[in-house]
Amino acid sequence: MQAFTLLDGLVAPLDRSNVDTDAIIPKQFLKSIKRSGFGPNCFDEWRYLDHGEPGMDCSQRPKNPDFVLNQPRYAGAEILLVRANFGCGSSREHAPWALLDMGFKAILGESYADIFFNNCFKNGILPIVLPKAELDELFAQVDAAPGYKLVIDLAAQTVTRPDGKAIPFPIDPFRKECLLNGWDDIGLTLRHADEISAFEAKRRVEQPWLFA
Amino acid sequence: MAQTLYDKLWNSHVVHQEADGTAILYIDRHLVHEVTSPQAFEGLKLAGRKPWRISSIVATADHNTPTEGWDAARGTATIADPISRQQVETLDANIKAVGALAYFPFMNERQGIVHVIGPENGATLPGMTVVCGDSHTSTHGAFAALSFGIGTSEVEHVLATQTLLMKKSKSMLITVEGTLGAGVTAKDIVLAIIGKIGTAGGTGYAIEFAGSAIRGLTMEGRMTVCNMAIEAGARAGMVAADDTTCAYLKDRMLSPKAADWDAAVAYWKTLHSDEGAQFDRVVELRAEDIQPQVTWGTSPEMVVAVTGRVPDPAAESDATRRSGMERALQYMGLTANTPISEIPVDVVFIGSCTNSRIEDLRAAAAVAKGRRKADSVKRVLVVPGSGLVKRQAEAEGLDKIFQAAGFEWREPGCSMCLAMNADRLEPGERCASTSNRNFEGRQGPNGRTHLVSPAMAAAAAVTGHFTDVRQFS
Ligand code: SF4
Repeated sequence: MQAFTLLDGLVAPLDRSNVDTDAIIPKQFLKSIKRSGFGPNCFDEWRYLDHGEPGMDCSQRPKNPDFVLNQPRYAGAEILLVRANFGCGSSREHAPWALLDMGFKAILGESYADIFFNNCFKNGILPIVLPKAELDELFAQVDAAPGYKLVIDLAAQTVTRPDGKAIPFPIDPFRKECLLNGWDDIGLTLRHADEISAFEAKRRVEQPWLFA
Repeated sequence: MAQTLYDKLWNSHVVHQEADGTAILYIDRHLVHEVTSPQAFEGLKLAGRKPWRISSIVATADHNTPTEGWDAARGTATIADPISRQQVETLDANIKAVGALAYFPFMNERQGIVHVIGPENGATLPGMTVVCGDSHTSTHGAFAALSFGIGTSEVEHVLATQTLLMKKSKSMLITVEGTLGAGVTAKDIVLAIIGKIGTAGGTGYAIEFAGSAIRGLTMEGRMTVCNMAIEAGARAGMVAADDTTCAYLKDRMLSPKAADWDAAVAYWKTLHSDEGAQFDRVVELRAEDIQPQVTWGTSPEMVVAVTGRVPDPAAESDATRRSGMERALQYMGLTANTPISEIPVDVVFIGSCTNSRIEDLRAAAAVAKGRRKADSVKRVLVVPGSGLVKRQAEAEGLDKIFQAAGFEWREPGCSMCLAMNADRLEPGERCASTSNRNFEGRQGPNGRTHLVSPAMAAAAAVTGHFTDVRQFS
């Protein structure tokens, strides 16, 4: 996993609540057996005017001019500004894979669905929770200033605006450590392999029917 | 100290805990399907790792599989879409290479939706941790199991370590006391709950459903309720174990046998919240207040009683919510204040891990019996949750009732719940569906989904519009 330390990135706004993972990456693209290549189909139904299917050349498809992320000023954005309950619905990890493939490394929102939130950390994306009032200001500032960038400092746990205001954000210490170092969860867990084996052996005696 | 059911399930699976509360949690049962597992098996192989405990794995193919035209002689070649076929064949190959306690491949007599086949084969048992790369894994909590959906990286983590790294959630108790009215079902209970607390109401919580109306539900009904805990934002939903739970599990294929059975039942009977256990949040509903529900928008919380009307965004004070409502009405092609019973439907779908079990089919058949699909309804799909459900329904003659009513009787699978196979809505079509998500495009690009119970779906099929099923009794 890529380590996340400091990000100085262009911001793109998506001013809707309850954006579900079906919207982030529609199901027809879940048929892939790979982890990569989902970027061109991220937000497919909103982004294009035609219906997308796997294998299509997205550069040739008609873009929806009304979809905010299609505006040239947001091309190359690395930070996505969202509202409440982002990533609800399906557990598909294809959603963070698609966001990452589209270029997003951090998300700023009011709240996230639990599974999506978790899936982000497993892929080096930082989902930041901010109060609604801060988000309202950020949405207004992004709208008013083309080329609007933010600096996200994970170690310091701050999002810094162009006007210098640093907004603090909370993060679970364990997750922070993993992201900063780009650690692989499986490797970390396997350091406790002996404890897992001992736990399992005891369970096998207490509830043998679980091990039939 | 008095413990909640969630406390008991959590505590009995903690292998190791860090100072900040992050725990290594042991996983008893790992359910696997074709869509969210290929990258996990590949990751495992690339890292040169072996699965930790193969006997924890129960697998099936369900999301991509067609629901008609099965031909055993042609095997997976029956699957017309080459990428769907590749995904199903990749699962075949992965399970062949790795092994499993049980595998129900495409067209196997026990194949079906992963959340239907787990319980009906006794692969889901009380006191277990059950995971699957699928958000509706919350279904299995109906058996007093701690069960939740995981992402593909976590699927790989469970394969490699038999554990997950996680922190304990907050706990919520939702009680439904009283007696349900005739024609009101588990689906209406859970839609009413989501209508009350919202789709993010359960975020960060594990929900226990309790109260006399929940205790009075069959296991099928409890599964329907827990299935949609995730639609309320909660990764896990659960119900205490009782005699209903044990009676359901007796003599299932993988249920404990002989002396193990008695020991298991003795343990299972302890799986309930203790008197006086504390919850972080408590929500109370009265069963008598719950009416048959119909969703009108593009989120499960956009729900009203069948006797109600499409709400008016003008009456909503919060700007973000108002614009969400307006967008939903536009997508759904609805006008504010229209009575729900005046909304016509084009398609009816009876199926999905929410409502495709034998009881659901019985409830739909009871309405369909002796009636015909309305001429204005283009098609009605009945898709049993599994091969076992299908055979049971056929033994009871339900297939004949559906066919006589002009409904299509299909092979098991996820089907039009998410339309990854050929079963999907055409743009603009309006569907009464017994599934769990009414998101934009969920049942096909620009399709319009209204979530209802199986009886309400059948009622819409025979009248051509949403109809209060209580009129039929
Ligand atoms: S029936 Fe629908 S919700 Fe259930 S597992 Fe299949 S696709 Fe998911």
